Amino acid sequence: MSLRDRTNAAIGAETLPLLTFLCVVFLVFSLVTPLFLTGANFGSMAFQMPVLGLLTLAMLGPILSGGLNLAIIYQANISGLALAWVLIEFGGSEAGIGAFLLGSALAVLTGAASGALMGAVVAYFGAHPILVSLAMMIFLRGLGEFLTRGSDISGFPDYMNVLGHGSFVSIPVPMIIFILAAILWHIMLKRSRHGFSVYMIGSNIEAAEYSGLHTKRTLVTIYAISGMICAIAGIVMAARFNSVRVGHGEALLLVTVLACFLGGIDPFGGFGSVFPVAIALIILQALSSGLNLIGANQHLSTAVWGLFLIAVMVLRWVGMRWRNKQLGGT
Amino acid sequence: MPNVFQKHSVEMRLSLVLLLIVVGLSIKTDTFMTLGNITSLLNNNAVNLIWAVGLLVVLVAGGIDISFAVAASVVQYLSAQVFVGLGGGNWVVGFIVAAGFGVGLGLINALLIHGFQVISIVITIATFNAFFGLLMFFTKGRNIYNLPDWWTDRIFIFERQATDGTWSELNLSVAVMIACVLATWALIRLTTLGRQLYAFGDNPEGARRAGVNIWQMQIVAFCWCGMMAGIGGLMQVNIAQEVVPNALYGRELDVLAAVVLGGARLGGGRGTVVGCILGVMFVAITQNGLNLLGISPFAFQMIIGATILFAISSSNLKFGRSGKARLKESAT
Amino acid sequence: MKIDPEPDPAPALRLRNISKTFGGVKALQSVDFEVRAGEVHCLAGENGSGKSTLIKIVTGVQAPDPAAEFELFGERVNTISPTKARSLGIAVIWQDLALFPYMTVAENIAFDDMVGVTPRLYFGGRYRPRVKELLDRLNLPLNLDSLLVDLPIAQRQIVAIARALMGNARLVFMDEPTASLTHSETNALLKIVRALSVQGIAVVFVSHRLAEVIDISERVTVLRDGRLVGVFATEGMTQFRLGELMTGEQLKNVVHAEDFSNSEPVLEVEGLTRHGEFESVSLIIRRGEVLGLTGLIGAGRSELAHALIGMRTPDAGELILEGTPIRFNSIRDAIARGVAYVSEDRLSLGLIQPQSIADNTVISVLDRILGGLGLISPARQSRLVSHWIEKLAVKIGAPDDAVSTLSGGNQQRLVLAKWLATEPRLLILDSPTVGVDVGARAGIFRIVRQLADEGLAILLISDEVTEVLYNADRVLHMAHGKIVGEYDPRITNATELEAQIYA
Repeated sequence: MSLRDRTNAAIGAETLPLLTFLCVVFLVFSLVTPLFLTGANFGSMAFQMPVLGLLTLAMLGPILSGGLNLAIIYQANISGLALAWVLIEFGGSEAGIGAFLLGSALAVLTGAASGALMGAVVAYFGAHPILVSLAMMIFLRGLGEFLTRGSDISGFPDYMNVLGHGSFVSIPVPMIIFILAAILWHIMLKRSRHGFSVYMIGSNIEAAEYSGLHTKRTLVTIYAISGMICAIAGIVMAARFNSVRVGHGEALLLVTVLACFLGGIDPFGGFGSVFPVAIALIILQALSSGLNLIGANQHLSTAVWGLFLIAVMVLRWVGMRWRNKQLGGT
Repeated sequence: MPNVFQKHSVEMRLSLVLLLIVVGLSIKTDTFMTLGNITSLLNNNAVNLIWAVGLLVVLVAGGIDISFAVAASVVQYLSAQVFVGLGGGNWVVGFIVAAGFGVGLGLINALLIHGFQVISIVITIATFNAFFGLLMFFTKGRNIYNLPDWWTDRIFIFERQATDGTWSELNLSVAVMIACVLATWALIRLTTLGRQLYAFGDNPEGARRAGVNIWQMQIVAFCWCGMMAGIGGLMQVNIAQEVVPNALYGRELDVLAAVVLGGARLGGGRGTVVGCILGVMFVAITQNGLNLLGISPFAFQMIIGATILFAISSSNLKFGRSGKARLKESAT
Repeated sequence: MKIDPEPDPAPALRLRNISKTFGGVKALQSVDFEVRAGEVHCLAGENGSGKSTLIKIVTGVQAPDPAAEFELFGERVNTISPTKARSLGIAVIWQDLALFPYMTVAENIAFDDMVGVTPRLYFGGRYRPRVKELLDRLNLPLNLDSLLVDLPIAQRQIVAIARALMGNARLVFMDEPTASLTHSETNALLKIVRALSVQGIAVVFVSHRLAEVIDISERVTVLRDGRLVGVFATEGMTQFRLGELMTGEQLKNVVHAEDFSNSEPVLEVEGLTRHGEFESVSLIIRRGEVLGLTGLIGAGRSELAHALIGMRTPDAGELILEGTPIRFNSIRDAIARGVAYVSEDRLSLGLIQPQSIADNTVISVLDRILGGLGLISPARQSRLVSHWIEKLAVKIGAPDDAVSTLSGGNQQRLVLAKWLATEPRLLILDSPTVGVDVGARAGIFRIVRQLADEGLAILLISDEVTEVLYNADRVLHMAHGKIVGEYDPRITNATELEAQIYA
């Protein structure tokens, strides 16, 4: 196998082109503004990206399994609410670390439960994941609004500041959490039996069943794990914004899908890995931060993200045509 | 079972459930089955239904469009600029302009999807972000209040005063909605083009081999959806009396849920206008009913979400399919 | 057997010098093809011989290389598209039927009238009488309003034929139409084909079933590796000769049966019953033995196999595996106990086409390639994959290539490898050579016999009597859900057995 083939197999075929894009983006912005290549900027990027990153990881699993999870934002919110509730029960801003741990455990449990329910409906009723997650999204949104009456929940203990705004060895804590999650996710997908099943199911679920894989169990599990990562995202969000509000981050839903497609995840399922998606996330964050630094607002970033995805798709198509021509094809 | 029931079992069952709900509400409350309530229901959901039939055409053709609600906002904004530039205008001009912009935005989707062979969910998510971002950037998030009178004046196609002096009326958007619904119905049921759309969604390869022009299918589907998005946006301004750039954000998923509830299949090849109407009205009447029953408004979404979840699970149970419907099926 | 010497002066279709190159590969090279009006003509060739490409060119789906000559009913044609082909009277029924599952029978049949015309109003009512008239004329009883997805495959085929005829076709291509039909359904189809021929409609039949080819057609055009081997009259031709022409090799059929009655039983089935599918089935498969199971489609063979591997639960009866009574609750159960089932649908159930060869090989034995921390060990996977690829001589590019890059024969070897990796005691092969070229089949069966020699018990299910006779030690005949006969291949020959089956 050539060096290129070996690298592709190890870290995904999309990685090299994406790294190139990343370098181009960094280059362009560093030329346009002296503020880009600064510790302050990177620090800011490193603080903002993890929430989007965690949510993208949560979206990644279901897409690989051949589906989609539109409920991730509200799963995160509801989990955050679970944490908030426990903290408030134990004294609000006076709550101890124990309460935080308990609350986090409850949050993760909530995420896992909502995920498992979705996975079960998809697996046992054969319902379309888009519909199931859409229904769950509407339900959780409603549940959250019902519980909070539409208002913010705040009043968290100070130590949560560390989680949301602190750094460890000058790496922001949220970023550490994201990196850990990404590494674990990667290992699970590429080296565990469960991850193997996810890929196979994403490509052809019936053949996977015939070959002896636990298809239903895999589906329930992948959505449950997705829910757990949403919960972690919700906890980080609560720490960063010092409050929980239902609807926090809802603009990020389609951005996570965008990041996945940008990172080369096959929309049909069965192919893709964490590393290229992580690079895609860095690119998106760099675009946003860079635009911010030159005075453009967040909305321009949103537009640029969309246009960037289109540009990448066009380039991939061009690349495919070029490769076909090389093979002398039609 | 007679074949018409087999072919449209989802619609049949939904209408049955809807009937039960309507009967139940009429009995339980004395405010549901009133002219005032019914007209109000129609007024409030006319725009949703216009968008729903637009989305239906895309779904039937085997694709999906996430960008139409945002596109509607873009059309509102662009149309406002045109009307102000023209120094006024009227409804005829309004429809032409709005439909034109809508078709244009739909054309962008179709071009990207067909030209670069990328599936519709990827492209429309990208255009969703692009349209919304650019819109908010150029409008700076500001509403437009200064709109021509013809656009914001209420026009009623029907009004009746009750004995206690209150008025029930149907406004223009309901008339437009009826026209759009009929036009869509004619397109997909009565034309050869519509037959080809169904076929293309049902079996794209088979359609290709039969000589169906794929490019034509994409254009028809996405431009029709865009046109409906634009017209819906136009009417929504008439109701809201101002252009609010981010007001429609998020509506696409609600409309999608309603259309799919009404029997349109995400993989293409299935779906009816009647189903659309049933889906939208189901959600609307449920919400209306909950309101009239005095249930907390915060509980609405919860109940609706649970209902849809339940409906999806049970409809799949009936069919007994063990295969998985996946993203794969919604590819175009 | 005669080579047809006289070209018809006014053929329905005459193609000369058809070539087609795909990215450096010549799918067709200077092929001539001629069909007479009203004739039933077979197009025979292995996978990769170019017959699919030829059909695509004739029906306008693909364009041939320049210098092709195309004459239809005496008139020169320069370019052709699907709609033009249809208007010229050419219709094709693809192997996958290319019908629309969620449209009704009537809508499917009338569909081609919807295409290629300026968009206009369409009223279902306008087409119904024409469709009804066509079906009545052909004596095809179909419910016009049934959804296609609700029809069994034999009826869908009829819908496809009716659709072809709606366009007043004078030349109909049928690509492997009998592949999934039962014997009686096949007969019904062949009757329709003959009726068409009588009406002056020429039918080109593509089939790999040599017996059918010889039975139904008057002449056969044989393609091999993109080239024309020749055009032959089928009268007097034998299956062997046709197989030789298609593969270019001499095929020998030798009986390999041996007596295994002293070998210990691996699987004993006693009185197995599943209502509506099979009844009171009893059989024994012994170590090292290949037990053949044949019969008509619909006899219950696959259903029986499904019960043996845990896909369906029997209503009555016993299964005894190596002396212990067992009951399987799922396919996973069966695999764990050493029963492996190679389904007949290799393409969509046996392998996951887009995924890699390496992953497909280990998919059923993940527990055996674990390393530290319970994670999959790439090294172990690699070793396992190399071992089996080598043992079964699967010709691959690289282990990370997608399975879809392999040829049919090699895919089938890979499927075998995947199941053998589970170290089964009993291997059930259901129609293992469907879609595998005549030439590659011998290789597959060599492997099967070798596995038996190594001690594996094998149940070989096949439609083709010759396959079971020449590769099994004993043959069971199953009909209407019951075992109705047992045959010794050393005593009974193919003709006798076929007579029993088709009686």
